[in-house]
Formats: sequence, C-alpha cells, structure tokens
Amino acid sequence: MAAIFFYLFAGLTLGSAALVVANRNTVNGALCLLLSLVGLAGLFVLLDAYLLAFVLLLVYAGAVVALFLFIIMLLDTQPAARKPFKPLTLAAAGLGGALLVMGVLSFLTRARLALAGPAETAVPSLKAYAERLFTTYLLPVQVVGFLLLGAMLGVVVLSKKLDSAEKAR
Amino acid sequence: MVEFWTSLPLFVQMLIKGLAVIGVIFPIAGASSMAERKVAAWIQNRPGPNRAIPFWFRWVPVIGPFLQRLGIFHLMSDGLKMLFKEDPLPGHVNKVYFILAPIVAVTLAFTTVAVVPFGAYLNRGGQVVPLMLANVDVGILAVFAVASLGVYALILAGWSANSKYPFLGSIRASAQLISYELSLTISVLPVFLWINIPGGDGTLSLARVVEFQSRAGFWGGLWFVFLMPVSALVFLVALFAETNRLPFDMAEGEPDLVGGFHTEYGAFKWALFFVAEYSHMLVGSAVFTLLFLGGWNPLPWISLAQFAGWLGLEGSPILVGTISIVIFLGKVLGVIFLFMWVRWTVPRFRYDQIMKLGWSGLLPLVIGNLIVYALAIALIQK
Repeated sequence: MAAIFFYLFAGLTLGSAALVVANRNTVNGALCLLLSLVGLAGLFVLLDAYLLAFVLLLVYAGAVVALFLFIIMLLDTQPAARKPFKPLTLAAAGLGGALLVMGVLSFLTRARLALAGPAETAVPSLKAYAERLFTTYLLPVQVVGFLLLGAMLGVVVLSKKLDSAEKAR
Repeated sequence: MVEFWTSLPLFVQMLIKGLAVIGVIFPIAGASSMAERKVAAWIQNRPGPNRAIPFWFRWVPVIGPFLQRLGIFHLMSDGLKMLFKEDPLPGHVNKVYFILAPIVAVTLAFTTVAVVPFGAYLNRGGQVVPLMLANVDVGILAVFAVASLGVYALILAGWSANSKYPFLGSIRASAQLISYELSLTISVLPVFLWINIPGGDGTLSLARVVEFQSRAGFWGGLWFVFLMPVSALVFLVALFAETNRLPFDMAEGEPDLVGGFHTEYGAFKWALFFVAEYSHMLVGSAVFTLLFLGGWNPLPWISLAQFAGWLGLEGSPILVGTISIVIFLGKVLGVIFLFMWVRWTVPRFRYDQIMKLGWSGLLPLVIGNLIVYALAIALIQK
C-alpha cells in the first residue's frame, strides 16, 4: 500500500516538476509547480512527517505559488514570445547543470547512508523540531531571517518612488 | 457494533467516513443558504420565502403549514433546479480550468472537515475522548494549510472565465485572502502558547485546546474568548475575510463586478462554489468554537464530564457523544447566525478600506496582542 502511494506521489512530483520547465504557458507552469508541491507533501506524509507536509502546503502551496499566479496574471505575459538565450546564459546554465549532476553523482557513489529501518527512527515531535530550530540550527534560521528582511526592505525601497525622483519630474 | 466497525477493511472505513462527511455537510450547507434567506427576511422585517409546497403536503395538519412557512420547499426546489437546469459552458473560457475550479473549491472545503473534532465521549476510565475523522497531531496547522489552498479555486475560476469582471474578482480575492491569512494565523498563537505548558509535549491539536477550557477552577474553566478577547475578535474578523463573507465579499461585489469570479458560471457549477463557501463558514465557525467558545462544554466552568455526571450518563458513551455533538453544533450554528447577522448590519467595505484594515489595523493589533500575551504567559507559567 505504502509503496503504491510512494510511486504515485513520486511520479506526480517529478512529472509535474518536469512540466513546470517544459510548459510554454506560465499559468500552466505555476499550477504544475503547485501539483509538484502537493506530491512532495504527500511524500512527507508517507514518512510520517505531518508537520513538514502541512508547513510546506501552508507556506509554499498556499502563499508563494498564489503570489506567483497573482503576478503572472497581473503581468499577463503572452506565451511563445521568447527571446533566444545569450551565449553567456547558455554557458552559465550548462555549468550549473554540470555542477548539480556532479553533486548528485558524488552523493550517490561516495556518501555512506545509514539506512535505518522504520522501527529505529522515531517520528520527531513538534517539540523536537522547535528545540532543534532554537538551539542547533539557530544561526541558519537567523541568517535566513535577515536575508528575507533585507529582500523585503529592498522591495520597499525599489517600489516606493523617492521624493527627489518625484520632484525631478 | 464497535467490533463490526473494526472488522471492516481500512479502505471501507475511510470510504464510509468520507461519505458521512459529504452526507452531513451538503444538507447543512443547503440549510444554511435557506437560513440565510430567512434571517435576511427577519432582519429586514418581511416574511421571506413561505409559499412553495407540494399540493399533497398541504393535507398534513400542523407540520405541512409549518414547513411551508419555514420555506423548506423553496430550498428543495432550488436544489433540484440547480441540478437539472442546463449547465452552460461559455465558448470563450479555458475549459479545463473552468471545470476544475468548482471541483477544487468543494474538495478542499470538505477536506478541512476531516481534521476538525466535532464532539467527545467518555471512555470507561472517565476520560474525554474527542470524535474526529482523521486524528493528525498537527490539528490547526492542517486546517490552515488546506484552507489556504482554497484561494486557487477563486483564482482559477476568475482567470479561466477569460473576461474582465471575473478576472478582477479573482485578483481581489487572492490579494484579500493572502492579506488576512497573516492576522488569522497570528491571532491563534496566544492560545497555543497558553496550552503548551512547560514540561508538556508540544501540541497543535484542537482537542487539547478544548481540554484546557474544561479544567477545574476559575481560570481553568474560563473560555478563551474571555481570556483572550482581542485574539478572538481578530480571528473572527479575519475569518469573515477568509470566507469571503460580507462585509468582505470583494470577490463577488455585485454592484461593481456583476458577479465577480462566478460571473460566467451557472447551474450546478455555480452551486458548488456556494456549497464550498458555506462549508468554509461551517469549518471556520467550528474552529472558532473549539478555540474560543469551549468546544463541546455546555457552559463556562461546566465541563462535559461534569454535565454527564449530573445527568448520570457516564456509562453510556453513545449518549454522551450525541449530547456533545448537539452542544457543539448548537454553538457552531450560533456563530453562523452571527455571520448572517453581520451581513445585514455592516455595509460592504471599499477595497482600499479592506486593505487598510488588514495591514494597518488588524496586523499591528494582533502582533502587539501576541507580545503582551507571550510576556504574560511566560511570567505566569515560569
């Protein structure tokens, strides 16, 4: 039963992720991203990680993709009107892809994974997550928080027309 | 009976539970639309729907005229009309998404019901055991997560209709839902800070919130609506916005947007949007009741266990369960009545007023409220 669901959700996640890239229509792309996230949440549920599954749905599926769609609809982009890539972009994309493939390959061939059975790994409680976030992983959480704050301030500055620019007009 | 139930395969059990949800929610949603018309009539001092009746039903004494004046047959004929009239599919729409949108709306609305506890019974040891369909320990988070996906139904409906009024409606809906989701989520945090006492294992379960409102003593039996009035108020206001009810129904806005996101819809697809809206209302009211109105406890300071003790019913879990469901549903219907009452009391906001209220009214208020309660709870539970 669990195996069937695993293949179902894995197929959904990967298939719709591929469609996100392949789709010409941006709205279709965003909705495929949503499907992919739902599949991922399903995989988390199969691992008994309910908290991760629902946080993923709440934050990414519920808010981030909704904002994507909002922006896409406001911009009203037409499909198929796409410029050819610059050589530099192509080179950067190739390099990035090669790095990713190398990373995954080295992880597969060189890493020693502790394959624990389901009996050995306890389901982490809410409290365990919270404790880790506030002790072991406090620094990454704070750094990400500052990054987001910086991005938010940047958006405020960029979207707000400054007084001097208004007067110059 | 319990043995028979557990002997069924898991798949059949799930199927029966799912069908039970649909069988309960659909009639309640329909009855809410009826109640909406009756309450509207009552507030505007007119009789409301009171004419339709099948001719043979008129011969039934007392009950016949009573049901006629209640407008039950208007509800039935409305439902049948929605089911049997032609289902239009305009030529200019994006067909896949146009059909998908109402399905998404109803599916998500019904999914949230599964994680909301709706009653409780006493087991042999005298402990209160909550009744719910899917007992996930993330409780409120699951409700918020699935409910937050509901915005896609409106976005898809508006976008796929491929004309400007539905599109404007869905743009408004998505901006409004995202704005009020913040206040909604932050407003329940004091409740969960309070129930997660130091030393206990962390929980987000809604049943635990009710458990904390049914303890002994003055503070233990106090409902959270008295303990945290600001949270309750902000939660209620945000709930109005999240369920697209007046005075927040900018997504529909008949005077300026024809019908908003559902302009191009008709017949059963249109009805499905309203079943979804009413079941969102139902789930929202249920969560409000669990969080702030003591869940299935009959009165403040009187818990279900005490109440069952006075009636001498500790030994019969089915009776206690039924009583708790009746109490709980009564409170939920009370909150739904409040929804309708507000609809005919407060006029619809302008769009900029909604944004201003959400971002510069509720959000600072609820963050300040959280800080005050966090400090107070830290001092009390030290």
